[in-house]
Amino acid sequence: MTEQSAFKTLTSGDISADQFVRVGVNEQLSEQLQRPSISYWQDGLRRLKKNRVAMLSLGLLVFIILMCIFAPLIYPHSFDEQNIAITNQGPTWQHIFGLDDLGRDIFARIWIGGRVSLAIGVVGALVSLLIGVLYGGISGYFGGLVDDIMMRIVEILVGIPYMVVVIIVSVFLGKGMTSLLLALCMTSWTGLARLVRGQVLQLKESEYVMAAKVLGTPSYKIITRHLIPNTMSLIIINTTFSIPGFIFSEAFLSFLGMGIQPPLTSWGAMASLGQQQMAYYPHELIFPALALSITMLAFNLLGDGLRDAFDPKLRQ
Amino acid sequence: MFKYILKKVGYLVVTLWIILTATFFMMYSMPGDATQSSMKVLPEAVAENLKAKWGLDKPVGEQYVIYLQNLAKGELGESYTTPGLTANTIIEERFPASLQLGLQAVVLGLVLGILLGILAALHRGRWIDFLTIFIAILGVSIPSFVFAALLQKYAAGGYFPIVGWAVSGSSIADQFKYTALPTLSAAIGGIATYSRFMRSSVLDVLNNDYILLAKSKGLSRFQIIRRHVMRNAITPIITIVAPQIAGVVTGSFVIERMFSIPGLGRYYVDSVNGRDYPMILATTVFFSFIFIFCMVVMDVLYAIVDPRVRKGIIEGKKER
Repeated sequence: MTEQSAFKTLTSGDISADQFVRVGVNEQLSEQLQRPSISYWQDGLRRLKKNRVAMLSLGLLVFIILMCIFAPLIYPHSFDEQNIAITNQGPTWQHIFGLDDLGRDIFARIWIGGRVSLAIGVVGALVSLLIGVLYGGISGYFGGLVDDIMMRIVEILVGIPYMVVVIIVSVFLGKGMTSLLLALCMTSWTGLARLVRGQVLQLKESEYVMAAKVLGTPSYKIITRHLIPNTMSLIIINTTFSIPGFIFSEAFLSFLGMGIQPPLTSWGAMASLGQQQMAYYPHELIFPALALSITMLAFNLLGDGLRDAFDPKLRQ
Repeated sequence: MFKYILKKVGYLVVTLWIILTATFFMMYSMPGDATQSSMKVLPEAVAENLKAKWGLDKPVGEQYVIYLQNLAKGELGESYTTPGLTANTIIEERFPASLQLGLQAVVLGLVLGILLGILAALHRGRWIDFLTIFIAILGVSIPSFVFAALLQKYAAGGYFPIVGWAVSGSSIADQFKYTALPTLSAAIGGIATYSRFMRSSVLDVLNNDYILLAKSKGLSRFQIIRRHVMRNAITPIITIVAPQIAGVVTGSFVIERMFSIPGLGRYYVDSVNGRDYPMILATTVFFSFIFIFCMVVMDVLYAIVDPRVRKGIIEGKKER
């Protein structure tokens, strides 16, 4: 068929108008949802669940936490019970991880030490979360002179080396868990405060906050309903990473003999004792070091997973 | 630019003043003073002289002024537990070892970290990438004292001594022998952080249009990496070097103890445990100064290296 004849068939009336049906647009149907809509959090959780490494880390952390809570209750040896006759004994069926230089059961001590290490990590992170979010939120929301003054203070605090603060405070208040926590919390919130402030400054300019203001929503409601939920993901990610930071600092200080004091123990304190025995009885260092490293690893990997799942910058 | 540097130095002075004032009053309020511990061995007259010399018989305000005056003259204080020993002497004696260890650790961390990071990003998904990620994750999860202990147990003993430090002026071979393991232990955290940071930084840069342009212009792969990727990817690393220096300082407290290195970090810890207050004060001030100074230098350096940051400062944009 030539082009001309094809044109002819199309226009010749072989195809009549009544062969066509007007379909139109069904407005109700086009608005119908095909599947339930998912919120930001559901989407993030779905991404997180798909991340096998992160879920494994989460499982490991839950296991470690459960062991810290229940193992000392079930395990037959107490963390401060001494077996002078068999000091420094390696792992046996009786004492799974062996004994230390004072004949104390390392398996029992690991979970007691874990309680201390994890408590410091979690409490420290929560306190610095609270201070950081409040401080950054107030500074960012009110802006102007308040913001200027508050950020100058942060700038000064950031310059203070935190390890020195911790050491000085522990000299001042005496060594132990309280002074350690206090000192760690004093400087650690600045990073989060800066982060929250930057985020709030940005969100404050957004249209929906303006709309809320125009509609006469009170400040506290804007902060709690709009600003905090929208910075939540960054806050959660930051906090997950700060827990291992606290555990690390505690371990370093206890290792130097400035943190947790006997009879209480922590992973850092145990590693410190183990290091002195390492040449002949490496198990005394290896088990606490492993507990510490595995926990740190799990927190870091979980933090990575959370960031991949929830960080707005990485989600595209 | 000059104004910016001035502002930063202003912060340095204020921060340092706060640290030293807070530390001074905390140390002052501690029970007991030098003469009480020395009194047992010292005759009455000597104890009185010591009190007069340190101004211990004066009210606290005056003591503080005396301290500031001495500090202005560059005198950091005198030990309580070893009368006659000044903090200046200790710093002169002890700091070189700490500085050497710290510098070597930072340099090693930077060189290895940057190299690994670039290689990993350029060969994404290959074995070198996985190796880098592996090192980066292990490096942030294993404390340096565990790493140091493992090195002492399994790497030292043969060619490398388990503990000790080369005296200044010894041969290069000796220096290497004694400093290799401590440097590696102190650098592991840095290697991990830098390589990870560098990897994502390079991956970011590779996605840019100017890399595509460079490719389509027909530049060689080497040229692209050297002129376009490296230059843009490496500058942000300056922002994380400053906090890392803090890590090296704190790491040195531990590493110096483990390897019996006669550095200032070890002396600091010893003076804290020995409750030698003037020495604690002096070393705190000194360490804080070094730390804040590094932060300021890094901030200024970043502004010099990165034109975008410099422009922001000159236009007076608020820093975030």
